[in-house]
Amino acid sequence: MRFIFKTDYDQDIRILKHSGYWWSYGVLLAVMLAAPYLLGSYLQSQLVFVFIYAIVGVALMILTGFTGQASLGHAAFLAIGAYTAGFMQSLGVPFIVYFPLAAILTGVVGALVGFPALRLHGIYLVIATIAFAFIVEEVLARWESVTHGNEGMRVRALDLLGMPVPRDSEAFYYLCLLVLVGAVLLALNLLRSPTGRAFVAIRDSETAGKSMGIDLAAYKVKSFAISAAITGLAGVLFAHKMTFISPEMFTLLLSIEFIMVIIIGGAFGVHGAIFGAIFIVMVDPFLTALKDDLPVLVASIGDSLGMSPEAAGQLREKLAKIGSAAGLKGAIYGLIIMMFILFEPYGLYGRWLKVKLFFQLFPLYKRATFKRQKTYVKSERNR
Amino acid sequence: MLDFIQQLVSGIALGCVYGLIALGFVLIYKATEVVNFAQGDLMMLGGFFVFTFIGLMGIDYWLGFLFAVCGMAVFGMATERVLVRPILGYPQFSIVMATIGLGYFLRSIAGMIWGTDDLRIETPFSAGVLKIGDLVLAHDKLSVIVATVILCAVLYAFFNYTRMGTAMRATSENMLAAYYMGIPVKRVVSLIWAISAAVAACAGVLLAPITFIHSNVGLVLGLKAFPAAVLGGFGSIPGALVGGLIIGVIESLAGFYLPQGWKDIAPYLVLLVVLLVRPQGLFGLSMRKKV
Amino acid sequence: MSFFTVDGISLQFGGLKAVDNVSFSVTKGEIFTIIGPNGAGKTSIFNLISRLYDPTSGRLFFEDRDITEVPPHQIAKLGIARTFQNIELFENASMLANLLVGRHCHATTGLWQEMLFLPGVRRAEKEHRRKVEEVIEFLDLQAYRDKLIAGLPYGVRKVIEVARALCSEPKLILLDEPSSGLNVEETDDMSFWIRDIRSELGITVLMVEHDMTLVNRVSDRVLALNYGKVLASGTPAEVQAHPDVIAAYLGA
Repeated sequence: MRFIFKTDYDQDIRILKHSGYWWSYGVLLAVMLAAPYLLGSYLQSQLVFVFIYAIVGVALMILTGFTGQASLGHAAFLAIGAYTAGFMQSLGVPFIVYFPLAAILTGVVGALVGFPALRLHGIYLVIATIAFAFIVEEVLARWESVTHGNEGMRVRALDLLGMPVPRDSEAFYYLCLLVLVGAVLLALNLLRSPTGRAFVAIRDSETAGKSMGIDLAAYKVKSFAISAAITGLAGVLFAHKMTFISPEMFTLLLSIEFIMVIIIGGAFGVHGAIFGAIFIVMVDPFLTALKDDLPVLVASIGDSLGMSPEAAGQLREKLAKIGSAAGLKGAIYGLIIMMFILFEPYGLYGRWLKVKLFFQLFPLYKRATFKRQKTYVKSERNR
Repeated sequence: MLDFIQQLVSGIALGCVYGLIALGFVLIYKATEVVNFAQGDLMMLGGFFVFTFIGLMGIDYWLGFLFAVCGMAVFGMATERVLVRPILGYPQFSIVMATIGLGYFLRSIAGMIWGTDDLRIETPFSAGVLKIGDLVLAHDKLSVIVATVILCAVLYAFFNYTRMGTAMRATSENMLAAYYMGIPVKRVVSLIWAISAAVAACAGVLLAPITFIHSNVGLVLGLKAFPAAVLGGFGSIPGALVGGLIIGVIESLAGFYLPQGWKDIAPYLVLLVVLLVRPQGLFGLSMRKKV
Repeated sequence: MSFFTVDGISLQFGGLKAVDNVSFSVTKGEIFTIIGPNGAGKTSIFNLISRLYDPTSGRLFFEDRDITEVPPHQIAKLGIARTFQNIELFENASMLANLLVGRHCHATTGLWQEMLFLPGVRRAEKEHRRKVEEVIEFLDLQAYRDKLIAGLPYGVRKVIEVARALCSEPKLILLDEPSSGLNVEETDDMSFWIRDIRSELGITVLMVEHDMTLVNRVSDRVLALNYGKVLASGTPAEVQAHPDVIAAYLGA
């Protein structure tokens, strides 16, 4: 176990707290930089989606994880970012202009959503954000002169200062990685400065925050604006990755997926957003692979256990039939969400921390360290 | 004028269905502070139960109705036991996500069992109409309204005049205190889920003649019932019904008088405006935390 | 004008007069205590001073400035800090983070600077941390620096709340029942600290308290309330001898 002897305030302020961090994050960054040359184009493309989801995850982490304001409307912010990119590009505006412009525009919209949110709590806020997202979706479908309505909109390849950056290129991969790293650094910087602490204070006790000099209205609006702006950036990247956008891509289900990113990852740190994004993006290809391979695998296990070939064949057929049933993916999706909240409430990052602690304390680790205490419900309505 | 009344009545009928789903949300929320996003899907499941009993097995309508409601009550209890009880006391948002997960699960399973086609159930109210002068009112819509009124009266009496109802109200205020006073909190919570699922089943059965039953109907209607509950003030039983009626009527009138597209967002616009003026909803209590 | 004055303040909730025409003034450097039975309106007065409630009538003056209309988040900046009766700490943050929030009213850095963590922010951060360490030293909280509040015992949290209030470098500190829920030793410590806050840091103390031993030990002047009205004020001995106060407590 490592003991850190603090002699300097900088030791607490630094993002990379000690040499171990330099090593592990350095290696991670090196692997990420080398990835396009190591992985096939399919995995590289999946990684780009991981980055985009992780950027939105970081944005949601700022709003929901740190400030405690729930939102089921982030798909709308993503949509605004994506459509800004599509529309601006069709007008011939260069990328370096519309990229920041998308962030500013979504940031302003986010602040506008933040204003009514000042007085809303918990479930009221969730519903208000859902309502907002529905309205944005409808506007996108009806405002045909800009968005081409339900027909959708083509987005041409990204053009960075005259250099084309197609969706599958290494350059696009690095651009997404760069934006993600930027978003992560921004979130970490906020966390170690007064604004981030004010966010956390609002999450834990509004009254105390007010008495400590925190202007609730200003900071809630700031949190919404920052979160929306980062999501807007992700939206631009999303538009260029998809090359085609239409209103039905930005539904409530996408917002739910974003929330799942932080719940599955663990809603109390930036790590969670990354872990969650990896999980959400990879679960789909994983399920597809499972659908194809599992029946064969089970049958071959049955075979080796002395099952007759006909019985094994029947088993394989049966499993394949269940596997190809229409709604299976949704059911597994639902199960995953429920299982995570039931058994892994601190998310993947929480599990990672537990495993780390287990090895740090090796023979002495106690299961009860993370055991949940018995809880009961006392009305939260009185606040 | 006639058109207006026709639209109003069908809006009220639709609003009653929203109101019933919203009622389910509110019952559970009042008792356990859990916001059940899967309430609409419970309704969908109720509809499929009725379809199975009446449409597939050919049981008499009323008997099938009873079976479906009982079946859903049991299902509600099971959900509470398996999914909700272990996570009670988690941050509210986690619980919301768990019920969203449940919704996904139920929709997919229902789709796998009953297929993804639109199903129709024949009921005693499917065909008849009531004529008052030039006004033609379909029995199916009237049946929804009448049934909602009866159901609400029964629930109101239950909560205000029975021992169990009082225990439920006590539990909803403070679970620990209720427990110390000898109220069997676990049983009470179980029962609330049973009632709530049963109400959802009623909504599903009543809905059957008005619209088709398919695996996504719960999601679609649930997303309207939610604003209804919030509009009325989450936690208020009359609020849920009034909210449901408002949303239903607005949707119906907007669909008739306004250009295409307004029908779907008008309820949400109204909701946002109401929340701007009254953040606690129409009947919600505004309470501030004491320090 | 004096240091801090409450002038004829009233607060009405519907038909209930929680605070009824209460006036008093606190001189710089004293320890002023408000006592009274439960529901007498003591905490309501604190909530009025920290502007969480709007008074129905009356005015508040702090250092010759009318603060009746000042928004709640600017009260801290003027130099009034407070603690809460039932502890309002930021549960899921470390003690250090909690104390740093106490420094919020002295934050000078802007959002853009913070996002990029420019050198100015780092400098300001170090200064905040230095000030926080002074308070940690003063109240002997070194052992809990990086601990999450959620896992700390009640007595410690109570002290941390005082520490958080001190971090904002107030001129006037409002302590809402500093000894409630503390055992005898912890109450003893608290009474020493309250006196130190006044004598070493030069901060004026206004507190609400039930424990009469503590009140007698530390306060210079006492104000007794019942049903929102002032019963008596003066030295602790005078107030306790006042017939109305005895009647209010003994129910005679």
